[in-house]
Amino acid sequence: MFLAGLESTDVAGRYVMSAALRQSSIALPRADCEDFLYEEAAMLDEWRLDGWIALFAKGAIYEVPAAGAADDVNPASALFYIADDYHRLCQRVERLKKDAAHSEFPRSDGLRLISNVRILGNAKTGTSVGCAFVTYRSKNDVTDIYFGHHRYVLQPSDGAIRIVSKRTLLDMSSLRPQGRVSIIL
Amino acid sequence: MGYETPRSNAGTPWVREDRDNHRFKVARRAFIDKDVLELERRAIFDCCWIYVGHESEIPNANDFLTRSVAGRDIVFNRDRAGNVHAFFNICPHRGATVVRERRGNALGFQCFYHGWAFSNTGTFATRIANGNYPDDFGKDKCTDLTAVPRLENYRGLYFLNLDRDAISLADYLADAKRYIDVVMDQTEASMEIVGGTQEYSIRANWKLLVENSFDGYHAATTHSTYFDYLTSTVGSMTQPFGNGTNQSRAVDLGNGHALVEYPAPWGRPIAQWIPAWGDAVKAELDSKFARLAKLYGEDRAHQIAHLNRNIVIFPNLVINDIMALTVRTFYPDEPGFMTVNAWAMAPKDESADLRKWRLYNFLEFLGPGGFATPDDVEALESCQRSYRNHEQAGWNDISKGMMKAAPATDDEEQMRCFWRGWNRRMSQAVTS
Repeated sequence: MFLAGLESTDVAGRYVMSAALRQSSIALPRADCEDFLYEEAAMLDEWRLDGWIALFAKGAIYEVPAAGAADDVNPASALFYIADDYHRLCQRVERLKKDAAHSEFPRSDGLRLISNVRILGNAKTGTSVGCAFVTYRSKNDVTDIYFGHHRYVLQPSDGAIRIVSKRTLLDMSSLRPQGRVSIIL
Repeated sequence: MGYETPRSNAGTPWVREDRDNHRFKVARRAFIDKDVLELERRAIFDCCWIYVGHESEIPNANDFLTRSVAGRDIVFNRDRAGNVHAFFNICPHRGATVVRERRGNALGFQCFYHGWAFSNTGTFATRIANGNYPDDFGKDKCTDLTAVPRLENYRGLYFLNLDRDAISLADYLADAKRYIDVVMDQTEASMEIVGGTQEYSIRANWKLLVENSFDGYHAATTHSTYFDYLTSTVGSMTQPFGNGTNQSRAVDLGNGHALVEYPAPWGRPIAQWIPAWGDAVKAELDSKFARLAKLYGEDRAHQIAHLNRNIVIFPNLVINDIMALTVRTFYPDEPGFMTVNAWAMAPKDESADLRKWRLYNFLEFLGPGGFATPDDVEALESCQRSYRNHEQAGWNDISKGMMKAAPATDDEEQMRCFWRGWNRRMSQAVTS
C-alpha cells in the first residue's frame, strides 16, 4: 500500500522528505503530523472524547490487533481485541461516555507518550504515519503500562488533519497483567 | 447418569446448601485463601481433565505449540505420523525449557543448554561419545521427554489429566458431551480455531470467571451499554433472553459441568442473520439452516442455529456459543490472579464473508477490547478487592431460582452445579 522510494535520510541519518513526497498533493509534513498526534493524545488523556471522535474522517477505522501481532494482520481472518468500523467506533465513544461503562467508571487516570514520529509513505487515502507510544492507565491503586506502535493514515481536510485509519500494535508478548483495553490507546 | 449429586452439606466449610429452605451460600474466604488454592490444585487441577487445545491448532504432521496448562508448561504437538502428544516442556537432563518458541513445525526438539535432542515422539535422539554413560543409560526412559500421564480428546478438543488413574475423558464429560455435539454439529466439515489468541489476565479468583461465564442474571445491569449498542444494530428488543419461557433453561451436565441455553437478539454466524450482514450472508445462513434441518430435523436445527449456550466444563473450560463461538480457559497463578487464554472457533467451511462477520461479532462483546468483557473484568476485580472484608461480611448468595422446578438462564442453578462439584471434590481431599 506504500509507494516505494519516498523515504530517504541525510548524511546525519535524519529523515528527509523526498521530492516526490513534498510534491504530492496529499502528503503531510512530519512536524504537522507530530503536532496532531500530541493533540490527539492530550484529548484522550483529558477524556475529551467528542473532540477525539471528530478527528476521524467519516468511514474511518480503529483497530487493536492481539498483542505481538504482525503490522499487516487482517481482522477478517485473525482475532483482534478491537476492529471497529466507523459505526462501532462512534458507538465505542458513546459507550465510554456513560456511567454504565463500568470499567471506566469512575474514569481511570492516564497519560500517553508519543515519540519516534515518522512519515512512512503515501497511502491511497493519505499519508502513512508511524509512531511509538507508551500509555499509562491508573485506577484503584493499580497502574498498567501499554506500549507499542501506532500506524495511521492521515488525510488533509479543509486545512485540518483527519484520521482515515488508526491501528495500535502492542509490542508486548501478551495482555498480562493489563487484562483489558477499556481505554482508547 | 454416572455422576453423583449429593443432597447433604457434607464436606467443606466453604459451601452451605439448604435445599429445604432454598438457600445456597459460598464463603468469600474460598476466593482469597492460599490454603484453599493449594487444595484446589491437589483436589481439582491435578486430577480433573484439563483443556489443552484443539486439534486444528496443530493441523499438520510435525506441528507443535507450547502453552501453560494446569500450571505446567506443555508442548502440544503432532509427530511425523500425525499422532498427537503432550509433553512437559522440561529437559530430562538438567531441566531447562526445551521448546522456547510458541509454535512451529519441527521433526525434533533440541535443548539449548547442553544440546540434548529429542524426536517429536519424545524419545532421546542425541549421539554422545562412548565412555560417558553406561551402555544401558536411558533404557529406563530417563533421557526421554516426559509425556503427560493421560491425553484424550472429544471431537477434537484435547484434554490432559495428571492423574494416571482418572476415569476416561468421555465418562468425565458426562452429559456435557451432548452439548459439545450441539456445538460441533453446526458443520459437516470440522471446526477450527481462528488465527490468534487473546492472552490476558484478571486480578481475581478463577472461580469468579467460572460464575461470570454463564451468569445470565448480570447481563441487564453489567452490560447495559452493550445492549444500547445492540439496539443500534438490530433494533428494539423485547424479552431478549426468553426468560419465563421454556426456551430459557439451566442444565446440570454432571461432575460439576453445567450450561444455560436461551434465545437472544444478536446475530449468530450459525445461523441467525441480522441486516448488517447483507444478502449474500443471508443466503448462506438460510442454506446452512436448511441443511441442518434436513440432517437433524427442525427442532435440533433450531437448537443448533438459534439458541445460545454458555457451557462450563469443570473446572476451567468455557465454551460459549453466543454471538460468536469462543473457547476460553484460565488458571489461578494466585488466589487473586488468573491467566486467561481465549480463542474464536468456527466451521472450516464457512465463506470468507461470513468469517469476517463472525470475527466482527466476536469483538462487539467478547475479549479485552469488547463492549462487555472489560466490564465483567471490572466486576470480578471489584469482588476480589471487596473480599478483604470477608471476616465481617463473609458469604456470597447463589440462591436465585432454587424454588423453581425449572430454573431459567437468569437464575443461578448453573453456578450451584459448579459449586456442588467443587465442594464434592474439595471435601474428598479435606477428609482424605
